[in-house]
Amino acid sequence: MTADDNYNFGFLDEQTKRMLRRAILKAVAIPGYQVPFGSREMPLPYGWGTGGMQVTAAVIGADDVLKVIDQGADDTTNAVSIRRFFTRMTGVATTEKTRQATLIQTRHRVPETPLQAGQILVYQVPIPEPLRWLEPRETETRIMHALSEYGVMHVKLYEDIARHGHISTAYDYPVLVNGRYLMRCSPIPKFDTPKLHMNPALQLFGAGREKRIYALPPHTDVKPLDFADHPFEIEHWPEPCALCGATDSFLDEVILDDKGDRMFVCSDTDYCGERREAGHRGRMSPPENLEAAE
Amino acid sequence: MSALEMPLLNVEGINKSFGRQQACREVSLELWPGEVLGIVGESGSGKSTLLKILAGRLPADSGFIHYRSTEEGIVELLGANEAQRRRLMRREWGFVQQHARDGLRMGFSAGANIGEPMMALGQRDYGHLRNIAKDWLRAVEIPEERLDDAPRTFSGGMQQRLQIARNLVTHPRIVLMDEPTGGLDVSVQARLLDLLRRLVHEHNVAVILVTHDLGVARLLADRLMVMRRGQVVEAGLTDQLLDDPQHAYTQLLVSSVLGV
Repeated sequence: MTADDNYNFGFLDEQTKRMLRRAILKAVAIPGYQVPFGSREMPLPYGWGTGGMQVTAAVIGADDVLKVIDQGADDTTNAVSIRRFFTRMTGVATTEKTRQATLIQTRHRVPETPLQAGQILVYQVPIPEPLRWLEPRETETRIMHALSEYGVMHVKLYEDIARHGHISTAYDYPVLVNGRYLMRCSPIPKFDTPKLHMNPALQLFGAGREKRIYALPPHTDVKPLDFADHPFEIEHWPEPCALCGATDSFLDEVILDDKGDRMFVCSDTDYCGERREAGHRGRMSPPENLEAAE
Repeated sequence: MSALEMPLLNVEGINKSFGRQQACREVSLELWPGEVLGIVGESGSGKSTLLKILAGRLPADSGFIHYRSTEEGIVELLGANEAQRRRLMRREWGFVQQHARDGLRMGFSAGANIGEPMMALGQRDYGHLRNIAKDWLRAVEIPEERLDDAPRTFSGGMQQRLQIARNLVTHPRIVLMDEPTGGLDVSVQARLLDLLRRLVHEHNVAVILVTHDLGVARLLADRLMVMRRGQVVEAGLTDQLLDDPQHAYTQLLVSSVLGV
């Protein structure tokens, strides 16, 4: 599909992209710091990824290969419509393969396939401020960031343990970036949080409604907050992926009927498909002879 | 002079006006380690404004606040930068509000409320935080099993005691109190006053106590300052000042209270 000539490359005008790039450069220079920017109205509602789309529009080039993920899948509404939007606005090539992509916009997941140097991962962020529910005043949270007063964040984790016996924060886990700024990782499961640490790819975060951009340059130290006697832990599942047998990926639970039958399946569709192509099989894979007959 | 012979806090010539209304006029005071200084006066006399200035919650128009800190020597608080001031406040000061709900996180458990100042100072051991929180609940006479309950389920007196525990847990050197017994009924007040008097002496903290209640001042304060229209009209030892008031306004104040 070729680009629609009635729009500027990447939908936004050049001055807006310039403003966004300046904000992104500043964000990269100060890892984890939230840089304000003039968020533009995008042709879809807030909460659908307007922040991530503006960041993508600012960094995308004609020879980029774009991949868009929503909850790990490439074929859900949000992913499909954003991918189609950028195809029409830029004419760039798109892919579902993590390895082939140079630019990946994501909502709620980090790909299972490890990212490489040179790739850019753009997160869609609903609420950038980690202290939001603890301190409602934005003026005060900015002072707290400036002075690294982050003790209050542990109050939330303390409360988790007091109530549930373990840290029950399961997504959007608070992390300390480069030993300095407290950061929200956008609503990715805490399973993905360790992937942010020392990642060779550039990670950009855009919040459209809140008008904030922040970033993790390649190989940045990212440390999840925890207690000495209650260390950070990721989720575990009782069984491997029912389709590809993976034990090292984030699994979605799918209810099959009203008799309690369920299956666990990789949330990252590209990773699961790649493994099945390579011959990995799970509990619910079709019998091999049937596959051969097809 | 040795450290003990120097005041902890030396306040000189504080002025503060709100437009044409002067709330504090040339207020000076000294606070010595371990003593309780009461500031009394009718409402509108500027005592709460003074306390807010001391706590750094309100900028003063002019004056000096010299604080002798344990680690950083003598610091002039009005001229200190925000980071240093907040660090000192967190480590060495406490502030007990009149309404416990202003000084507590009402949605979080009692344990989290007591633990927060310690977590702010870098304590990262959950088990340790919990044990200290339990000790402090006992110290302020709240049943241990209420550790995981939110303060909004507590009675007014319990909330106030929780707030005191939260302020004392980091062993501050100065605690500022703004009408700590206001809004409590008389029997609860008496119990809270007993507790305060015990804790203040046990932990050897210096207290600046703002109150309009001369009875509270008589029970807790070693020294008293009487304020009127933003000025200190009389200061001295509590018993001396209340038994033999010199200034006309103090005489009026003392005579207007029943059974002090």
